[in-house]
Amino acid sequence: MRYIEPHAHMVSRTTDDYEKLITAGCEAVCEPAFWAGFDRASVEGFRDYYLQLTEYEPARAAKFGLPHYTWICLNPKEAEDLALAKDVLDIIPEFLDKPNVLGVGEIGLNKNSRNELEVLERHIEIAANRDELILVHTPHLEDKRKGTKLIIDALLNNPKVRPERVIIDHVEEHTIQLAMDKGFWAGMTLYPESKCTPARAVDMLELYGTNRIWMNCACDWGISDPLAVPKAIVEMRRRGHDQNVIDKVVYQNPHSFMSQCPKFQL
Amino acid sequence: MSKANEVNLVDHGFMDARIKAIDIAAFLDRVQRAGQEDDYRVVALREALNHLLEEDPDRAKRVLLSLSDPTDKPIPVAPGKGAAGAWSG
Ligand SMILES: [Zn+2]
Repeated sequence: MRYIEPHAHMVSRTTDDYEKLITAGCEAVCEPAFWAGFDRASVEGFRDYYLQLTEYEPARAAKFGLPHYTWICLNPKEAEDLALAKDVLDIIPEFLDKPNVLGVGEIGLNKNSRNELEVLERHIEIAANRDELILVHTPHLEDKRKGTKLIIDALLNNPKVRPERVIIDHVEEHTIQLAMDKGFWAGMTLYPESKCTPARAVDMLELYGTNRIWMNCACDWGISDPLAVPKAIVEMRRRGHDQNVIDKVVYQNPHSFMSQCPKFQL
Repeated sequence: MSKANEVNLVDHGFMDARIKAIDIAAFLDRVQRAGQEDDYRVVALREALNHLLEEDPDRAKRVLLSLSDPTDKPIPVAPGKGAAGAWSG
């Protein structure tokens, strides 16, 4: 069954995973910039990573006939060093113009610190001034509720931000309404230990409806599953959901959101 | 959107829920035998479990909220990068 994987960190996955994605019906993969698992030491480390996301990785995906899109930013996990963050923010605009870049992301908060918030506000400013799409990472576990509120406040504080052009990712039962009530899109991340299971994601679809929502696997270098979205499709089928509804959630919705950026063409 | 009422959700999910319930019980037994039941994460988990037997069908949300940092102001400096799954206060 066709689907779009709207959030996957393919630079940390093997070539076998590309085979799995296309075998399962994936028609496009979108890769937000994230943290490498260690802090990059200089702005040149970030430049190399952004080159990987905008040149090398799309070529690797193309070998499997899979369109690869990306999002550029400095991850909140690397926002404590404000001096480095400022240097990195300075090079981001040149990459936002690359042909496979859909917008600014995944920005957000991690531990909800003041410096993280300051770097988030600067990212929002860059995105809003250029009318870029925004993909938001919300914090993990005990930090998610507070971080989601702080992020939504920061977004709404910028009058140029249009909520329909922002997706708040990694929502769970205690944060989904915060995002959807304000007109943002919501992303449910199917991540084995720390986020949401397929069964809970389908619960949320049944409770909150299928407008302005998508599912993703967010596979990266941690314990994660590149086939999490197809497994959620199986869960939807087992729970009696119609093919058209499933197609809306896993294909049409990500397609609609990302098509707000004219570079997204399937 | 849901046809879920036509599906037997108990058939579909009971065994999975059963094993998770037993796993939680065994985890609490294990940490208690080891004298580790005062760890703030275990205390927070026991507090969260209180919500499982409440009546309204938003238990998952209340468990998540019970394990969350309830404060609203940014902290001065990030203490590290990871999260523990329960708020240490
Ligand atoms: Zn991610």
